Amino acid sequence: MRNLVRIAVAIVVLAAIGIAGLAGYRWLHNDRDVMAADAPASPELVRRGEYLAHAADCVACHQVPGGKPYAGGTPFKLPFGVIYSTNITPDKETGIGTWSDDDFVRALHHGVRKDGRHLYPAFPYTSYTRMSRDDAVAIKAYLFSLEPVHAPAKKNELSFPFNQRWAMAFWNMAFLDARRFRDDPDRKPEQNRGDYVANALGHCGECHTPRNLAFALDDGKEFAGADIQGWRAYNITSDKTFGVGAWTDQQLSDYFAKGHAEGRAAASGPMAEAVEYSTRHLNEGDRNALISYLRIVKAQPGPAGTEIAPDPESLKKSTAWAPPADAAKGDLGRKIFEGACASCHQYDGKGQQTPYAGLAGLRSVNDPDGVNLTMALLQGSDLKDINSGAWMPSFAAYSDVELAAVANYVIGHFSGKQGQVTPEKVAERRKQQ
Amino acid sequence: MTLPIPDVAQPSRRALLQTGGGFALAFFLGVGSARATISARPQPGDAELAAREGATFAPNALIRIDREGPVRLVMPNVEMGQGVYTTEAMLLAEELDVGLDQVIVQHAPPIDALYGTPLLKSQTTGGSTTVRANWMILREAGAVARAMLISAAAEQWGVPAAECVTKAGVVKHAASGRSATYNELAEAAARQQTPEKVGLKDPKDFKLVGKPMRRIDSPSKVDGSAIFGIDIRVPDMQVAYVITCPTAGGTLKSVKEDEARKQPGVKDVIRLPHGVAVTAPNYWAAKKAAEALEIEWDHGPNVDFSTEGLFKALDEASRTGKALVARSDGPLDRKGKTIEAVYQHPILAHAPMEPLNAVVHVRPDACEIWVGSQVPTRAVGAAAKLTGLPEDKIILHNQYLGGGFGRRLEVDSVELAVNIAKQVPYPVKMIWSREHDIRHDIPRTAYLDRVSAVVDDEGYPVVWKDRTCGASVPKRWAPQMLRKDGFDADLTECSDELSYDIPAFHVEWVPHDMPEAIPIGWWRGVGPTHNIFKVEGFVDELAHAAGKDPVEFRRKMLTKNPRPLSVLNKAAEAIGWGEKLPPRVGRGVAFASPFGSHVCAIAEVEVSPRGVIRIRRGVAAIDCGPVMNPNTVEAQIQGGLIFGWTMALFNEITFEKGAVKQSNFHDYRMMRLNETPPIEVHIVKNEGPIGGMGEVGTAIAAPALANAVFAATGVRLRRLPLDPRLLADPKAGAA
Amino acid sequence: MLTLNVNGEDRSVEVPEDMPLLWVLRDVIGLTGTKFGCGIAQCGACTVHVDGQAVRSCVLPVGELGDAKITTVEAIGATPEGKKIQDAWLAVEVVQCGYCQTGQVMSAAALLRHNPQPTDEDIDAAMSGNICRCGTYVRIRQAIHQAATGKPVAEQTIAYNLQKGPAQ
Ligand code: FES
Ligand code: FES
Repeated sequence: MRNLVRIAVAIVVLAAIGIAGLAGYRWLHNDRDVMAADAPASPELVRRGEYLAHAADCVACHQVPGGKPYAGGTPFKLPFGVIYSTNITPDKETGIGTWSDDDFVRALHHGVRKDGRHLYPAFPYTSYTRMSRDDAVAIKAYLFSLEPVHAPAKKNELSFPFNQRWAMAFWNMAFLDARRFRDDPDRKPEQNRGDYVANALGHCGECHTPRNLAFALDDGKEFAGADIQGWRAYNITSDKTFGVGAWTDQQLSDYFAKGHAEGRAAASGPMAEAVEYSTRHLNEGDRNALISYLRIVKAQPGPAGTEIAPDPESLKKSTAWAPPADAAKGDLGRKIFEGACASCHQYDGKGQQTPYAGLAGLRSVNDPDGVNLTMALLQGSDLKDINSGAWMPSFAAYSDVELAAVANYVIGHFSGKQGQVTPEKVAERRKQQ
Repeated sequence: MTLPIPDVAQPSRRALLQTGGGFALAFFLGVGSARATISARPQPGDAELAAREGATFAPNALIRIDREGPVRLVMPNVEMGQGVYTTEAMLLAEELDVGLDQVIVQHAPPIDALYGTPLLKSQTTGGSTTVRANWMILREAGAVARAMLISAAAEQWGVPAAECVTKAGVVKHAASGRSATYNELAEAAARQQTPEKVGLKDPKDFKLVGKPMRRIDSPSKVDGSAIFGIDIRVPDMQVAYVITCPTAGGTLKSVKEDEARKQPGVKDVIRLPHGVAVTAPNYWAAKKAAEALEIEWDHGPNVDFSTEGLFKALDEASRTGKALVARSDGPLDRKGKTIEAVYQHPILAHAPMEPLNAVVHVRPDACEIWVGSQVPTRAVGAAAKLTGLPEDKIILHNQYLGGGFGRRLEVDSVELAVNIAKQVPYPVKMIWSREHDIRHDIPRTAYLDRVSAVVDDEGYPVVWKDRTCGASVPKRWAPQMLRKDGFDADLTECSDELSYDIPAFHVEWVPHDMPEAIPIGWWRGVGPTHNIFKVEGFVDELAHAAGKDPVEFRRKMLTKNPRPLSVLNKAAEAIGWGEKLPPRVGRGVAFASPFGSHVCAIAEVEVSPRGVIRIRRGVAAIDCGPVMNPNTVEAQIQGGLIFGWTMALFNEITFEKGAVKQSNFHDYRMMRLNETPPIEVHIVKNEGPIGGMGEVGTAIAAPALANAVFAATGVRLRRLPLDPRLLADPKAGAA
Repeated sequence: MLTLNVNGEDRSVEVPEDMPLLWVLRDVIGLTGTKFGCGIAQCGACTVHVDGQAVRSCVLPVGELGDAKITTVEAIGATPEGKKIQDAWLAVEVVQCGYCQTGQVMSAAALLRHNPQPTDEDIDAAMSGNICRCGTYVRIRQAIHQAATGKPVAEQTIAYNLQKGPAQ
């Protein structure tokens, strides 16, 4: 969702290559919106809207840390400027208090504001466009049930030509597949529901699906994994080696509900936010639907070397309190691990105070490049709202050399692989902050 | 440069050194003051206090002997890790002739006149002054009590006092075979005249002093029964969690408490000028509720203050600012090769292990305080001011300190706790989070020092010039310490008086204040920690420029100074100075005479090709004059070095937009056990004047380390903390 | 209402499940030997044993504990390792301000239980999570070796019957 850079570049590219054909195709295929009078906001509608707002993870972007929910202000830092999320509380002056249902639906389906100006696709209307009008209206009813917050939008700080909103119209013509979600009769109902939860609401693909040359989501590689904000959004296809195909239903369910799947993953970075604000609020039915859908997402391979190492020697020979007796001693990474990490993470990969700190079997420690590992070291990790013990401070005060060393130690110890993290790579990731 | 002549009415630096040196505070606080301090004999108020404590025999404010039970020793100073309870008890018990197993110690109440340290003229524990100032008084106090016990026995038995002897709490008369315990004699002793003169033991007869005694406080500190300030629990107490405006000097604009009020257990939300406190039955409940407050701040005047800006300003001030001269003498106009360097020292937090806290109960008629404080009488004064109660209605119970390092020479935390407690009827235990402790420290300030020397043909300095730039602690903390023109001797302590033979000196200070809302404080090692880093770094630079071995270079300049020289030689010999070392391994030496002691530290480091410093070995030699407890001397040097190396490797507080960036041990790092090398300490025996111990190791640590890094890499780092990025081996690839 | 097994005794406490064990011990049960130093598992001052393992109680929600057995410094002297460690601590005179020491003792006792003859590296691996601001590390290392071997490894301080703390 924070891919505005790429999108902006894409606009330029597209202008050059011509888009008429594609645009024509879209014109013919896109769904037409049904116009209707505003729905009365019954308590049921509001409740359903609240659920859907969580499922669609609105608050992740429309709230700043310490700020009011839905009052906006989250900065999206881009090399050519900063844009800010907006106030979507029902404040008449600074929020969306004057919007009709149709206005709201149009924004979700087409990325166009009430005043007719185009939104930037940092707002994932490319996904929300699949949402049913009914669901969109429910979300609006919920938002309108909130207390209005007076929070004027922060002015975007974009340079020319990126401040030309109208240009988005062309990008939309090419890439906005403005069609509502339709059940696939060949699938089981829960698979269809899962698809809807994943794609119309949860917009998982915005992070997990790689983008094509023009930086729109590459549908052929759905959920194959991509890099975002310095983090790696992992492959979540049904691939047994590189995706989540080998996870049990229980593990997937735990992950969505608690941000943690024993022996598989602990959510951190942007995914920790997604769990906190969104997936943990899914009801059981939707959670199971999501799982059934992930089971049928086409398996995609991942880069060789990132497979989870089964039962690494170093772990087998470790105890909770000590690494193997024959392990190399005195190395910088190990020293830092001993002092700053071991008391939570332990040497046997199980985690000390909390299983959330268990590192065995995680993709982050099996990735020789240590992408997410480095990011977690630099930014810390926070699932405190879910489990008060599940939290890690940022170790950014350690030098690049030290962080590279400890990352490589962790990779080596917990997966038996040779870590490839260099101080230079740490320095690069540091800039992502 | 022409120089103002230092005000002659002020004590000279030499006079200062003769009083035992160190902590310039010591002398200045005393100037013009006739205030009483601890004494071996009774003083006004003493008897009343003893009576209140129910003592049968109280020959002075320090000793209580009852009809039964152990001898009670009242500790004029506070125990914060330096072992002072044991050392003071040893001195009292030595002359009283009781074993340490026959005494218990109790915290003294806050009374300057009875428990003040003569060097500081107040009941202050700091500046490595305790033993230096008190040791003879404590011995005499024990001897006075012993003499009175003997004369009581002699009177009862009708025998000459001279025939009575004492041993382990018993008076004996050999000829008659009679004996009585001190307990039995207590009542009669109380009726004896206080002797004018008492004989003290010949040091060769010492049973305790000079022996490696076990510390009195250790058993309770390894089984968890010791009570620190933070452990105090009183009936009906609530715990307060405080949030203070992150920007220094910012104030509370508004706070919405609805959400906080909904948290379980919340008692009160208390508004303070600079923040908010929430009280609840336990810390966790108070913290959770406080985190749910919606607070708006008025960030105040310091939003533009940054460390970066501060160093720019220091640099500018050091070039153009008006200097106050500490000393200027000798042939300063000698010409020759001139070497110059600029040294920089960061802002530092104290971060004692025990986060600041205080338990306060403000009642209409009195205010009771439980706290571990290095300055209990100051705390009383502050509480009296805030509550409007007279000082004698402020009852302060001092506690063990979980580290002080200068932080507990301040009473800001006590003031904050009183301000909270004033607003509620129940006792409040205020505990700072570690984040609050680091962000709202009264930090050690930053300095920028320009030092230069003219050297002779052999490379030895013949003119030494040093201009330090930074802010003064006493300007706020004890203005009476300052010279009439505002000169602060702390700024040049250990830089204006070197043991080296250098004929001409010009040492001065350019004041550059910190913003008013960022008060600065004493930090372990005070002036010497700052100055020795630069002096010893620069001496090393001169040695290098002269192409001479750094130990040899110093030796030559110490030829006329046998005490320092023997310390230097001892350390060099102990580490095997001169041995061939592997590549990127180096040894660095530093010598100085802080706090009246003489100390030499040598560090051996290895610097990885990527620039990471690992300390492989540490050796120190110390001459502190008479040694009380060698075990404590060794511990203080080891711990002091680790404290100083921690600073040199990791510590810096940085301000951005007026707020401290660091917050806890993950970003304000401490040296850990696996980073600690073996550290040998060699005590060089000397009967000369007694020196301080608590800060000596810290003051000497950083220069030894930086000099070792230079020896290993050829890179001279003049700014603390040492930046490993500057140490990468250009010839090496990855590491 | 939760029931915790602390030092062999069942204690019922009325606390939220997310409250860290540290504060339950200190503020609710009143066992103040376990210290607060950082609250983020970086210093070790709050170390206790849960089923014989050293854990940082400041980040351990009590709700996670179930019927696990909690041992604090107040009771560690009753275990053979705890006793050995405390004795060695006194003989070598490790303590300075003492604030970190209860946590150090707990980490060291756990180490000795798992590894009766630890090497320097083992000590590093198990003890580096415990910060001592006073810098007692050199003697901690010595004391652990002494506790393990029973042989004096450093200058021993002179013993005498010791008191518990200053009279209040
Ligand atoms: S208080 Fe728990 S580790 Fe510091
Ligand atoms: S003894 Fe003071 S912190 Fe360890």
